Amino acid sequence: MRTPAFILIQIVAGLALYLLFNYFGNDYWFFAGYTVLQYVVLATAWNILGGYCGYVNFGSAGFFALGAYTSVFFYNVGQGVDDLFPDSLAGVMHLIFPLPMPLLIVIGGFVAGLVGLGTGYLTLRLRGVFFAIATLALAVVLETLIINWEFVGGARGAYVIPPAEIPVFGPYIQFLFALMILLVILSLTIARLIERSRLGYGFATIRDDELAAEACGVPTLRLKLIATTISGALMGMAGAPFPYYIGYVEPGSAFNLSYAVNSIAMPMIGGTSTWVGPLIGAVLLGTLQQIATVTISSAVNLLIVGLLLIGFVIVAPSGIVGLAQVWMRKRSKA
Amino acid sequence: MMGPLLKVDQLGKRFGGFVALDSVALTVAEGERVGLIGPNGSGKSTLVNCICGTLHNETGSVTFAGEKMDGLIAHERTRRGLARSFQLPRPFMSMSVADNIRVPLLYTVAARIGHHVSKAEADDRCMELLKLVALDHKAAKNPRDLTQVEMRKLELARAMAAEPKLLIADESMAGLSHSEVEDIVTLLIRLNERGITIIMIEHIMRAVMSFSQRLAVLVSGKKIADGKPDDVIKEKEVIGAYLGQ
Repeated sequence: MRTPAFILIQIVAGLALYLLFNYFGNDYWFFAGYTVLQYVVLATAWNILGGYCGYVNFGSAGFFALGAYTSVFFYNVGQGVDDLFPDSLAGVMHLIFPLPMPLLIVIGGFVAGLVGLGTGYLTLRLRGVFFAIATLALAVVLETLIINWEFVGGARGAYVIPPAEIPVFGPYIQFLFALMILLVILSLTIARLIERSRLGYGFATIRDDELAAEACGVPTLRLKLIATTISGALMGMAGAPFPYYIGYVEPGSAFNLSYAVNSIAMPMIGGTSTWVGPLIGAVLLGTLQQIATVTISSAVNLLIVGLLLIGFVIVAPSGIVGLAQVWMRKRSKA
Repeated sequence: MMGPLLKVDQLGKRFGGFVALDSVALTVAEGERVGLIGPNGSGKSTLVNCICGTLHNETGSVTFAGEKMDGLIAHERTRRGLARSFQLPRPFMSMSVADNIRVPLLYTVAARIGHHVSKAEADDRCMELLKLVALDHKAAKNPRDLTQVEMRKLELARAMAAEPKLLIADESMAGLSHSEVEDIVTLLIRLNERGITIIMIEHIMRAVMSFSQRLAVLVSGKKIADGKPDDVIKEKEVIGAYLGQ
């Protein structure tokens, strides 16, 4: 299937989902759906570096929070225009701020992508568990910086008050939901394009054998930097609307362990070899978590993830997609 | 091109206190078939790794096709025409046999010609190379499904896909049967007849002698002999290194 057709199918599916929620659901459906879609973006982003290149990133929460705090920063700038800028500039700034959400997403992606690139430079000579620990450390360092940065709320957190309604969409959550659908389309399209391109071959060689990749002329370091940048940018984009979704951000929520764990578990359970895996894993796990939240308790979420992850690592290390591929191969042989 | 294709000059490499290479010098002319032998731990693979950029030499220099290679990383050297096969085959396990060949075409050849290699071109070239090593019938298979000798052939075909000027075959015959060794030697000679300069690193003397036009011997990181194979194996130092004093 060609890329325009793939995008068109996604747009139709996204539109159908939106209309379905709008017709049958209520605001809670949009809240819950937003979280699941956010995990689709996070899982797909993680998979670009972790699944395609084989570099396990434990710092997803850090990139996600960077996007979130970029929004908080610009929100606070908007709130404090009169204090922050001289009178001569304040008028212009009032025209610019508050920044529209799509622009905040782009800026959040840019900032997180830049940090991804920097992380790549600093850590990509590390491999395996050392790289994973370094990314975890990055998240801790970023969290410490945010805790000590008073302008974005520091340890006590920051309130972000989204508009109650927005033209065309109505409630703001419906607008955020629609934006998240667009981010899902963007991330899945990027992942699929990578998978089918020269870049995808390069990433796969890095995952399989870096020494052999170099001997084949693959510029492994450059490709790893591309992967960390794209992956980080998408995570940042997923995080940018978060303060407007939740209304109050503090380091404990933005840097929550559940983002790092889910970003890893969802592609692992879905399957890391293709773009479909993270999608399946995120929809399955994300939905399960939402159901568990309303039927049992939100505290049971990570337990579900943990148990499923252990089960899949033991029974089906290639995830659901891997199981399906084995089944299809057997079927074609029979 | 004036001068040798490869010139290794006073190359030195240490691992901590261990001297792996001690001022090794080696020149290889274009179109030549050179055998490089030496006991285990003599520095053969370290020399290959330094030439190909996998390891960085501390002293000396590597000049390839008139260009200094020092400071260039492995993939940049491959793109300049310096290819290698590995002692232990290192296929890309998540890819098919054909896709393994496709990687150097997409990266090395494309970089050299300055534009992307189309899918059709890449497919044709993959099949051509797989036919050359008699693996065309296994193009869609996973490298896991290959035998040991087929794996070695895949390794050579992948190195060939980079369209090298110089191919370094690092123990391509280790663990193979008599007939399989013959098979690989014939293949390497055929590649050489296509204009590719080849350095063969090998322990199997029968193969080395039938392949090499020139033979160099490394012992304890030093080159102790270099010349015609028949002359080299008669040298006292070489006999001593191989058979003991």
